[in-house]
Amino acid sequence: MASRKGSQQSRGDGDKYSVLLPTYNERENLPLIVWLLVKYFGESGYEYEIIVIDDGSPDGTLEVAEQLQKIYGEDKILLRPRAKKLGLGTAYIHGIKHARGNYVFIMDADLSHHPKFIPEFIKKQREGGYDLVSGTRYRGNGGVYGWDLRRKLISRGANYVTQVLLRPGASDLTGSFRLYKKVVLESLVERCVSKGYVFQMEMIVRARQLNYTIGEVPISFVDRVYGESKLGGNEIVSFLKGLLTLFATT
Amino acid sequence: MTKLLEWVFGVSVIGAAWALVTFDLLNLRLPEAYKEVAWPMPVYLLVVFGCYSLATVGYRVATFNDCEEASKELQDQIKEAKEDLRIKGLKM
Repeated sequence: MASRKGSQQSRGDGDKYSVLLPTYNERENLPLIVWLLVKYFGESGYEYEIIVIDDGSPDGTLEVAEQLQKIYGEDKILLRPRAKKLGLGTAYIHGIKHARGNYVFIMDADLSHHPKFIPEFIKKQREGGYDLVSGTRYRGNGGVYGWDLRRKLISRGANYVTQVLLRPGASDLTGSFRLYKKVVLESLVERCVSKGYVFQMEMIVRARQLNYTIGEVPISFVDRVYGESKLGGNEIVSFLKGLLTLFATT
Repeated sequence: MTKLLEWVFGVSVIGAAWALVTFDLLNLRLPEAYKEVAWPMPVYLLVVFGCYSLATVGYRVATFNDCEEASKELQDQIKEAKEDLRIKGLKM
């Protein structure tokens, strides 16, 4: 009989989950997201580690990350900082280099993605043996909070255009709350060349090309508690350019 | 084949079939009714697709879930987290 210590029960089944948190000016949010991750992973009993990839944030995010490391331990909180703001793709590559997990979570560090869904991702992945599990705002009881009509219209409109043009087999392509098998993430990241929203889309499209299996979990996306959100004309134009590039090249 | 090429191929096949019927390219001597129906088809289908698209996006926007409880839960947890971290020695 295994003994329990408080709410911690180690499952000891050999799987370990690395959570990649690319950060830029997340001094306020980082402690909170880490606290939530520790809470939900702790309750679930899964092995985990949190890898913070800070791109030289001027607001002292790295310093806060170091404090968190002292509180939770260096085996739980790993720091992989970089000197300046580089792309998301390279952040993932940099982050998984020393990751000890065989599965990798990617998510936003600004509290728009809630760690309470992590056990659901894991359950879904185990159910179907999926190569990747994508969090979707558009299916089931997935949804958003804090979006006005304009934002919802743009989001659904863009997603519709993407579905028509790319027929990707996943409902939420620009979402960035996902669980990957580590080997799958490695093989996809090195093939993807786009930036921003389109990068996340390209990951799914390439996954389909390589015949990886994709599962979905409904998630709630809560708009920024701290900090400002960005969805202006520039974003829309670069999204369309990226979408057309994927349309023509994949 | 890229998605673009799939579309080009699909549109070409349908376009060829349409031209064949509308302009009687193979001298099949089809009944006049076939030509009359086929001729406006491209515009008709575009309009239908446009309406379907608007209806679909409109429906999806209208039924887009608003996660009120998720936001409230997050706010409560933020308070709890801040207090717990303060106790553990975090200096914000």
